[in-house]
Amino acid sequence: MSIAERSFKCHRISEGIAEGEVIVSKDDIMFYLINPDTGVVIEKGHDLEGRSIAGKILVFPGGKGSSVVQADGLYQLSMKQNAPKAMIIQNPDTVLVASAIIMEVPMVDQLNEIFYAELTDGCVIRVDANAETVEMI
Amino acid sequence: VELTRYEQEMLEGKHGEGTAIAMKIQVAIGESFYAKRMVPITRAHVALSNQEADLWFAEKLLKAGAKCKIPPTVNPGFNLNYFKNAGKVTDEFASLMQRTHDTYKALGAVLSYNCTPYIQTNVPFFGEITAFSESSATPYINSVWGARSNREAAQSALCAAITGVVPEYGLLLDENRHGDVLVKVEADLKSDFEYQLLGYMGKKIGPGIPVFQGLKSPITPEAFMNLGAQLNTSGAYGMFHVLGVTPEAPTYEVAFGGKAPKRTVIITNEDLQEILSQISEPGQQKIDFAMFGCPHFTLRQVQIIAEKVEGKTLATELWVLTSSHTKEMADRMGLTTIIQNAGGDIVSDTCPDQPCWHYLSGKTGITDSPKCAYYPKRRGLSFVIRDLETCIEAALKGEID
Repeated sequence: MSIAERSFKCHRISEGIAEGEVIVSKDDIMFYLINPDTGVVIEKGHDLEGRSIAGKILVFPGGKGSSVVQADGLYQLSMKQNAPKAMIIQNPDTVLVASAIIMEVPMVDQLNEIFYAELTDGCVIRVDANAETVEMI
Repeated sequence: VELTRYEQEMLEGKHGEGTAIAMKIQVAIGESFYAKRMVPITRAHVALSNQEADLWFAEKLLKAGAKCKIPPTVNPGFNLNYFKNAGKVTDEFASLMQRTHDTYKALGAVLSYNCTPYIQTNVPFFGEITAFSESSATPYINSVWGARSNREAAQSALCAAITGVVPEYGLLLDENRHGDVLVKVEADLKSDFEYQLLGYMGKKIGPGIPVFQGLKSPITPEAFMNLGAQLNTSGAYGMFHVLGVTPEAPTYEVAFGGKAPKRTVIITNEDLQEILSQISEPGQQKIDFAMFGCPHFTLRQVQIIAEKVEGKTLATELWVLTSSHTKEMADRMGLTTIIQNAGGDIVSDTCPDQPCWHYLSGKTGITDSPKCAYYPKRRGLSFVIRDLETCIEAALKGEID
């Protein structure tokens, strides 16, 4: 595979650069029901229930939940160094976008289908929100 | 985002560092949604949460000299006097609430401590541009009143209250207010409770603006409150339409803006039963307490409880959370006395997801609200979810069938 195909265009939501292992959630995310001490999702029936998002590049459809819990959840995770390193989403909403910007977690959207087809849990990627690119490493 | 000279000055710090921080965040949000300009707001509601992030951000703005141009109403934390006198909060948590209170007071907020401002203290008119956070508040003002707000975070709404402007995108624009998901409701919505379960169908409905078809008028304010609160627990929805009922959905064509829905979803009685069994603790067990008022109960709901418990003795604690206005009415009308004589109480200015309830950790309560059951999980509270009348009967007996 050529190098060109390993780099994908994206759209910046929250600035920053991060490199790390990917964890993919099929379900929307609500950061308040993630244990801040471990980064483990504690929401019953969630796609990521029992798994940790700490220090990962979190790829998920979008946010859900009240207008306070995303910021509260992300803040607590950040204080314990268990926040995701970066976030890649499909459906931006103001609550999640504002929370990412305020908590200074890099976030991008508008990745194409090829990116999603190649993406697997555990693969390592580099998100450069400033340059609006995502690279598979 | 193109800024006016005054907005540019705000961004550059000429009107204080606090205003500059708020403006910088709002411009970043605007850019991520391709907003072309900022527009003035005339109302705001901040979902104060009395959580660490809430206090951290509000104090950061205050220390930088911020003051609200548009005094926002605010959500409840907990009623400090009430819970201190009852000996139910530690000094640490009492001081958290005190600091939250002092900070928002100094920022110039209206200290309403109520999550249903849209029916009492902060009611917008049709088309008014606002910045409303809070699960049930944003969809209520967009959908029921036809006012305009994006689904603001507590923090972005506070920024808007400080700068007096919001980036123009999303639900502020005509073309983005049409529905795009048709939700055919075949389920029987017999009471306000079924609207809670309908709202909890976010996973099945998926992203977009739902247009509910098949809901019979009249729909109570409480049903609309419940629908919005639960839509924003199970998903993220700034607005919905109810065909033939809400102001921007008089007809199918108008509701969808002349386009075809991108998705059609059917909701049946079985769907509602299934979701209830997923989110509720099982029945046939003892319960330790009953909790109502997520969102804050209206006077009509308080009256229902008072009628059901009058002259009886509750087997468990029973808490009714309301606005201070509703509490005052309940006091005047003797409803508070009736509920207290039965062994329950009405408390103003308080949310179920607050440290004043830590003494209930590990216990099982009963509530009519899935949202009430969802967030306090992190504090160790469990809930059986049932309709209001069943909840009251369970609190009288101390167990649920």
